[in-house]
Amino acid sequence: MGLHDYKFENSNIIITSLDSLLNWARLSSLFQMQFGLACCAIEMMAASASNFDIMRFGVIPRATPRQTDVMIVAGTVTLKMASRIKRLYDQMPEPRYVISMGSCSNCGGPYWEHGYHVLKGVDRVIPVDVYVPGCPPRPEALLEGIMKLQEKVRKESSVKKKV
Amino acid sequence: MTPQEIHDNLRAKFGDAVVESKLDAQQPWIRIAADKTNAICTFLRDEPAFQFDFMSCLSGVDYNDGNLGIVYHLYSMTHKHKAVIRVNCPKDNARIQSVHDIWGTANWHEREAFDMYGIQFDGHPDLRRILCPDDYPGFPLRKDFQVPEFYNGMKVPY
Repeated sequence: MGLHDYKFENSNIIITSLDSLLNWARLSSLFQMQFGLACCAIEMMAASASNFDIMRFGVIPRATPRQTDVMIVAGTVTLKMASRIKRLYDQMPEPRYVISMGSCSNCGGPYWEHGYHVLKGVDRVIPVDVYVPGCPPRPEALLEGIMKLQEKVRKESSVKKKV
Repeated sequence: MTPQEIHDNLRAKFGDAVVESKLDAQQPWIRIAADKTNAICTFLRDEPAFQFDFMSCLSGVDYNDGNLGIVYHLYSMTHKHKAVIRVNCPKDNARIQSVHDIWGTANWHEREAFDMYGIQFDGHPDLRRILCPDDYPGFPLRKDFQVPEFYNGMKVPY
């Protein structure tokens, strides 16, 4: 059920469900936390630049966790960084989402065996909503991840009780 | 100056402090005594015929025979010649003199060698870990290093 299904001409009235309205607002303005950890961050920057223009999805980088909705973990999560990521995640207001971008933050990537300093997957410290595979993923893949997250947000309900 | 001349000069000046050398290697190296590191390095930098005014690299090594080592790659901007100087120390008493006051570059390089191999640099002004977290257990590039099962509650192995 979309927002414009029941539109009354010339009266500025839209009838919709509260969930659709809130979800539409949320998924159209997924503010992103502005930080990158490794080479994936370069692809994330490319996705922000004019060729791919991630901003058309409403993804705007914000420099503080308190103004963000989604954290894109772009790169290798070292043990030293993991506690910082946990703290940043805790500082984000709910509802908050996490996209794990690239092999390193998905599962440790090339450091899975001998990486004495690498956390083997960021999902060991924070919950992850969308995993984007690749090493590093191309900007298109990150856009796909954003769209997957939007699909997830669209199905949520802030009125019904959570299961 | 050729590696052979550098070696002969050092041998003439410091005698037995020049422990070992291999001058037909691709990167000819000279191993010196650990307790003469500072004196020899100062000499290499200040002697007009050498003028090794640039330290390209300082690396740590674990030889896996009970010895750790440091390798200094030196270069002279004036004379355009190179030298590789090696220093060894036993693993159970890993101490080497710091050369941070001879080449400023050595400051962070020595911190890295300390971080990875646990070599204590005597005279270093700020010998802290540079890459690993401050409370990281052990020295990860030593051959006998075992990856910890957990670090601060986070599982480390895959």
